[in-house]
Amino acid sequence: MTLNGSEILVKVLLEEGVDTVFGYPGGCVLNIYDELYKSSDKIRHIMTAHEQGAAHAADGYARATGRTGVCIATSGPGATNLVTGLATAYMDSVPMVAITGNVPNSLIGRDSFQEVYITGITMPITKHNFFVNDVNQLADTLRRAFEIAHTGRFGPVHVDITKDVTAALCEYTPPTAEKKAQKPVEYDNLEEIAEVINSAERPFVYCGGGIRLSGAEEEVQRLIAKADIPASYTLMAAGVLGYGDRNNLGLLGMHGMYSGNKAIFNSDVMIALGTRFSDRVALNGKNFCKNSKIIHIDIAKSEIGKNVPCEYSVNGDIKDVLTKLLPLIKEQKREKWHADIDEWKKHDHVPVDVPEDSHELKPHQIIRETCKMAGEDAIYVTDVGQHQMWAAQYISHVKPNSFLTSGGLGTMGYGYGAAIGATIATEGTRPVIHFTGDGSFHMNLNEACTAVSYNVPVITVIMNNQVLGMVHQWQQFFYGRRFSSSEPERATNYKAVAEGFGAKGYHCETLAEYKAALAEALKANGPVWIECLIDRFENVYPMIPGGKTVEDTIINNPEEAGK
Amino acid sequence: MNEKHYLILLVENNAGVLTRISSLFCQRGFNIDTLTVASTDNPNISRITVSCFGDETVYEQIMSQTEKLIETKQVISIEPEHAVLRELLLVKVETDSDNVDEVVRTAAHHHFRIVDSHKGYMVLETSGSPEKIERMLALLKPFKIVEMCRTGATALEKGKVNYDLDN
Repeated sequence: MTLNGSEILVKVLLEEGVDTVFGYPGGCVLNIYDELYKSSDKIRHIMTAHEQGAAHAADGYARATGRTGVCIATSGPGATNLVTGLATAYMDSVPMVAITGNVPNSLIGRDSFQEVYITGITMPITKHNFFVNDVNQLADTLRRAFEIAHTGRFGPVHVDITKDVTAALCEYTPPTAEKKAQKPVEYDNLEEIAEVINSAERPFVYCGGGIRLSGAEEEVQRLIAKADIPASYTLMAAGVLGYGDRNNLGLLGMHGMYSGNKAIFNSDVMIALGTRFSDRVALNGKNFCKNSKIIHIDIAKSEIGKNVPCEYSVNGDIKDVLTKLLPLIKEQKREKWHADIDEWKKHDHVPVDVPEDSHELKPHQIIRETCKMAGEDAIYVTDVGQHQMWAAQYISHVKPNSFLTSGGLGTMGYGYGAAIGATIATEGTRPVIHFTGDGSFHMNLNEACTAVSYNVPVITVIMNNQVLGMVHQWQQFFYGRRFSSSEPERATNYKAVAEGFGAKGYHCETLAEYKAALAEALKANGPVWIECLIDRFENVYPMIPGGKTVEDTIINNPEEAGK
Repeated sequence: MNEKHYLILLVENNAGVLTRISSLFCQRGFNIDTLTVASTDNPNISRITVSCFGDETVYEQIMSQTEKLIETKQVISIEPEHAVLRELLLVKVETDSDNVDEVVRTAAHHHFRIVDSHKGYMVLETSGSPEKIERMLALLKPFKIVEMCRTGATALEKGKVNYDLDN
């Protein structure tokens, strides 16, 4: 059957099972939007306030469901506005397909209106990208884009399509080739690795986001239970370990638990699963666990030995590798190792609760109350900064794929778009809580209009400490309290702004007020903002300064910094 | 140890593939010493020979990062002693009535080909391993080199073929 490029594009989206796309129309995608209009009964298009919001929404959709998220933007500025969203998704291995229009073939390369060489820009921040200027290539290129985004190590793929292609006619052939079955993989060193783990005295499991992407939570928990191995998780792996499990030592790294960081540092065997030894965990790559035999299991060969050398490595899907490794692992108990860790746990930072009516509102209490009230099914989305670390530290329970955060790129302004995408993806069946700070939220709070337009019940909890908290904390610790451009003295009235957008707003100064506001917000069927006033010297503890090791941990006193 | 390494990349012969490879090297801070690229007997495949400096860890990273690219079909690490490495050198020297005979004699003696002689300039050509090219260049030191170019190494492994593009 002969179809035009836009019809083919929609056909392929349907072939791939896409039900929702996020985007923003414009000149070079008019043909595509015309076809989306005609197909609106099959594909829902969510128009955001800004293309960056669309990219983050597609990312949130993907992280919450595991399916590939799709966003669409026009040429030039539309396309460049996707860049931060693509880079965010790339750093965190999120499956996404971004489609941009470009100027007609005859105008390419002539600095035409709204023309930009976008594939040149997205090359280093996507898993792959394509430029399509021939309609005959369109269907297969789009199919390939979806395949690349969602195989191996996931990632965003960008497809740039010229305007003529979206109008040109060609014969559309439905996909014929059956997807190639994955060949079973053999690993030749599993027995050796099992022996190393079985004979270890102080083993430790370092859990990364790859566990989530592989769906290997159960296998990891079985490994930890069977061999009685303590474990910690990175920001990207929040939710993969059982809460309340003795072996779950909590968050790892710069703002991780002292006991967990101490345990990994003192381990004799460290099993790194689906992680890339980022500088937020291996703060000092040269000294990171240098006395430990490192076993690194990862789907990306390029991650093996990239930041920290390892003794043993397996290049493969974690679920598959662990399924084969588990029968070789000896069941045992490690009381002596636990006794050491229990000693370190005594030094862990313990935040102090304040009474519910105190005007000194504490982040950890806000987060714990939220978890209690929102229930086990909630999805948590964060922006970037102190509130993000508090959320990772104090969320008391979270399901896999339900803690959405920009870990690698650290994108302030990620949260609102992602939360909208996650809520739409789950059809409002699960409470979605968006924790943000006053700094991050100001970057993209304009997406409130999207949440209102589509009646998206996202609850935004703004931890307002009046400063750029993380910058402020570093300036306090390491820059002699010279708070350069981190105390903007903004006068934003969040309740009024929320209402101005057509959303609901609350202002809270005590925990009691917060609980009352949250209770109402959880019943609302549209977006709600809850502003919580926080002290500007509320810091994230503990903290290992960049480039240092666990021995340099600042537990709860800024005076310890720089020692 | 900062050693010179050679690798061969078999990549899809698409527009932009070279940009992708060189962008990756730049992004990851790998230093390319030389790079040659051309299509092969299979029109869908381009063959790139890269020489670069780095220690073993850096080299392994270069290999695995390049393998990660979607358009990369295969990355082959080659040992110079198990390969035929060749590059082409073109040198333009200034000549005058005093030295023209000497230039011609040197060229003949060391098997340079004189590929052009034009109003006081002579272009000499030779090919060989990168080490030979260095030696040949040194022989021309007595003359005034006004322009030169070399292609960088291109290479084939000795003996059997160690790749399978159908895989």
